[in-house]
Amino acid sequence: MLENRRFVIIGFFSLVGLIYLLRLFYLQVLDESYSIESSSNSIKRVIEIPFRGQIYDRTGKLIVYNTPVYDLLVTPRKARVEDTLRFCQVLGIERRDFDSLMAAAAAYSPFKPSLFLRQLSKEDFASIQDVMVDYSGFEFAKSSLRTYTAPTLANTLGYVSEITRSQLEKQEEPYYRQSDYIGQSGIEKIYENELRGKRGTKFVMQNVAGVYKGPWKNGELDTMAVAGENLYTGIDLEVQQYADSLMVNKVGSVVAIEPKTGQIISMVSAPTYDPNILASRHFSKNFAALARNPYKPLFNRPVMASYRPGSTFKLIQALIGLQAGVITPESGFTHANCPMGCHVHPATSTVALGVMHSCNPYFYNVFRRLIYKNNITNTFRASAVGLDDWHDKMSKFGIGQRLGIDLPSEYKGNLPNKKYYDRFYGEYRWKFSNIYSLSIGEGELLITPLKMANVAAIIANRGYYYTPHVIHGIGDKKYVKPEFLERHDSGVDPRHFDPVIEGMIGAVEGGTARRSRVEGITIAGKTGTSQNKKGDDSSIFIAFAPADDPKIAIAVFVEYAGAGGSAAAPIANLVIEKYLTRKVTNKALEERMLKADFMSKVILPGVKKPVTTDSTRKKPVPADSVKKKPAAPAKPVVSNRPVAVNP
Amino acid sequence: MPENKPITKNVDWIVVLIYIACLAIGWVNIYAAVYNPEVQTSMFDVSNNAGKQLMWIGTAALLIVCILVIDYKFYETFSFIIYAVVIALLVLVLFAGSNINGSRSWIKIGAFSLQPAEFSKLAISLAIAKYLSDPAISLTRKLKDYYPIMGIIALPAFLILLSNETGSMLVFASFAVVLYREGMPGFIPAIGMVMAALLIITLLFVKWYIAGAIIIIAGLAIWIMPVMTRRRGGLWATILVSLVMIGIVFGVDFFMNNVLQKHQRGRIMVLLDPDSDPRGIGWNVIQSKIAIGSGGFAGKGFLQGTQTKFDFVPEQSTDFIFCTVGEEHGFIGAAIVVFLFVCLISRLVILAERQRSRFARVYGYCVAGIIFFHFMINVGMTIGLMPVIGIPLPFFSYGGSSLWSFSILLFIFLKIDAQRPFTLSRG
Repeated sequence: MLENRRFVIIGFFSLVGLIYLLRLFYLQVLDESYSIESSSNSIKRVIEIPFRGQIYDRTGKLIVYNTPVYDLLVTPRKARVEDTLRFCQVLGIERRDFDSLMAAAAAYSPFKPSLFLRQLSKEDFASIQDVMVDYSGFEFAKSSLRTYTAPTLANTLGYVSEITRSQLEKQEEPYYRQSDYIGQSGIEKIYENELRGKRGTKFVMQNVAGVYKGPWKNGELDTMAVAGENLYTGIDLEVQQYADSLMVNKVGSVVAIEPKTGQIISMVSAPTYDPNILASRHFSKNFAALARNPYKPLFNRPVMASYRPGSTFKLIQALIGLQAGVITPESGFTHANCPMGCHVHPATSTVALGVMHSCNPYFYNVFRRLIYKNNITNTFRASAVGLDDWHDKMSKFGIGQRLGIDLPSEYKGNLPNKKYYDRFYGEYRWKFSNIYSLSIGEGELLITPLKMANVAAIIANRGYYYTPHVIHGIGDKKYVKPEFLERHDSGVDPRHFDPVIEGMIGAVEGGTARRSRVEGITIAGKTGTSQNKKGDDSSIFIAFAPADDPKIAIAVFVEYAGAGGSAAAPIANLVIEKYLTRKVTNKALEERMLKADFMSKVILPGVKKPVTTDSTRKKPVPADSVKKKPAAPAKPVVSNRPVAVNP
Repeated sequence: MPENKPITKNVDWIVVLIYIACLAIGWVNIYAAVYNPEVQTSMFDVSNNAGKQLMWIGTAALLIVCILVIDYKFYETFSFIIYAVVIALLVLVLFAGSNINGSRSWIKIGAFSLQPAEFSKLAISLAIAKYLSDPAISLTRKLKDYYPIMGIIALPAFLILLSNETGSMLVFASFAVVLYREGMPGFIPAIGMVMAALLIITLLFVKWYIAGAIIIIAGLAIWIMPVMTRRRGGLWATILVSLVMIGIVFGVDFFMNNVLQKHQRGRIMVLLDPDSDPRGIGWNVIQSKIAIGSGGFAGKGFLQGTQTKFDFVPEQSTDFIFCTVGEEHGFIGAAIVVFLFVCLISRLVILAERQRSRFARVYGYCVAGIIFFHFMINVGMTIGLMPVIGIPLPFFSYGGSSLWSFSILLFIFLKIDAQRPFTLSRG
């Protein structure tokens, strides 16, 4: 009997063996959570972050590069600081900071190095390196900082900062880790994927105390870090800085485009700041100060600020009118039968003269013909059809559209169509007399400085444009994105541009902008004056030069600076001259513009973020109200949203 | 007498080969466990554990030769004397022992230390075998025959407890195997297992649920039993057993808090949930599981283990040597080791059963039980199925005392087994 118990005993032994085999199979083969990648703590994955790509201007001058800096790391368990006072003096920190930094590091891990001081400059590093030998437990890690050769282009270039929590959570592929740097705005944001390069991964072995024990598998699985790609802009750094200096103590924008390629030559958003202050270890403090600044230096005005185009809009009206055949170059209009006022000027018997003198009734009549097309049997229906037709033609000039520039948060602007007015008045319950303020760039129109610079480029090119863009070359091969090589047609034949350009030349030579003409350069330009709700008018000017072979198209907006000819036109013409000849002849004008200060006239809270068209709830003001108190010519209102003209 | 026949003819070569395989694999893994890529030392360098282990293996070989040369009757005749010597050593160590890791259980001789507790297994095995070799003793019928066995086990157990070496003491539970084989009623080990199971279940689930479950099972048993068996009185037995079980369920807290020491309590809690104390008691279990789990199917390769090498796993060359096997040689290596042990133990049971003397059979079962218990606890601990109890893996773990004691234990049995043809005359 008892002998049979051996089977029970052997059975029990085998059962335990079997259970252990199953358990081992589960642990080693089935359960992924114990695999090398997911839980192994002896093999550490070390990420090597490459240098970000550098950014160059159109002449090959460096705009943005990287400065090596040094992070000071501390391993609390190894740290020996006998004379804390001297240590603090060397590093330039307070005793208080020392204690809290040490405590934070110890809380993270007593054995692993944690960040003690971030981004010490080469000079700081050199001066403390020798002293640090006396203190064990501290080590330096190389890192890098974005550095800017000139204190300019802050909003265009954008800045780089530590990734935010929400960005970290939103990323689709887990690429960034906490405390990684990422491009937050401007070019740095749009071209993040090109600039950041390819990270290297190293697998290293470490012991239980976190001490490095050499590469794992002799580095077979490691990948090398590849530096980010360099970016080549169309920016002319010299012109850019000159434009910057002219925009000091002004709120507004300068946008200059090379018409033949669409490359941005200069882009000023005033007031601006030195981009270097956001690339230092005082980032948070400096950023907070910028965010608090009432003039909103972080607001990228060239692409985000909205204005009414004012008289500059008349150029497109004339072009569309000529193309549609409702006027000929020889069409003339008088002030008669027009509800809008005008100033005293010679007779406008041709399109060129109408543009040159910026005659309001002239463009009232052009617009009227564009809308009605001589069909006045049913003015309501004719207005509806006419406006949508006009809208389509206008859109081809980029009005009310996103141009697709390589900068974030480009504002679309507003170009009203039938649907837009139907919402306020009801279908077929409005007609030309309700919307005629559009004819001179008022009413419900909203544009950005970039759009108007692009309009200048279209006219310079006599009918086409390339999407304005900052980066015209990625990497060593200077790859250009295909969308920037695509020619967009304005739908207006080249021959129709001649009379308009003639008028623009006239405006600079003897018209609204005559005071800022440049000797030796034929500039074609058009002033605009935006009336503000409160305070002084805003000054607008768009132009291109030389008129016969345009090399630069420009738009200048100066808020609260008065008429277009007073501030915008001089600045634009100085920039044009600087770009074309590398010198400035009219020193008196230059001196005046450098000194001009319109900051005191700015009505705060300045420019708010534009409200999108869809959320516009304010009723457009019927043209009747304008009738009672006619608007001065070329004096549209600058505002954030369509508000009453001349309230 | 045909006793002059060379021992090599009669010795069980299967066991010997498994023994040699275990030693070889163990030695290679000890080298891997202490291998330091920065300061590379040879496998034969006495300054590292692998070199020392080789020395222990050499001395063990000498011991084996001695054991095989000594007359087989010596062990039976001198079993009580050996027992007495070991008891004396255990007493001696209490006074003259050096303190290593908080337990006064080592005798230092020069550079090497000996742990008498390791040899208590051998002594108890011989003593029990000798005692049970009396044909008048019956474990099936007479309760009083158990008392001397209890005494044989309890005396060294008490002395070991005094020297604070609880792990070795727990191994004495392995004698349940031999007692069961020699006639101890099956319900006694069954009760032991049920109590252990109840302890674990109680810690995992709400006590009232378990009590309810026991009552339901008892009810079912009472309802079904009259059909199944003709015996009367099952009703009261069932009710009694159920009440005792419920009592255990509610007594667990008392047992955990008042009987067990703090670190022992922690080890049991960690077994149930290693993440409850990942940096403390749970550390060993988690790191050990990571090391074994990261080996995967085929392992990282010889000397490529990183978890064990860089000190994540504690006691890599002694108690946690199985981690090195699992990490560097993967499931294949680990399975081979498990297979070797199951083969060895089963072979020992088969050998024990073919003995003609009761002394030899009992001793054989003791050896099988002890090796099995060590294997079960040690490997179970590294894969998180057993609480952390610091006992070595026989023939694998680094350490002279354990290697010597297991070798002596095993080869005494092989010697006796080799002489089996000549023990016919004995009863």
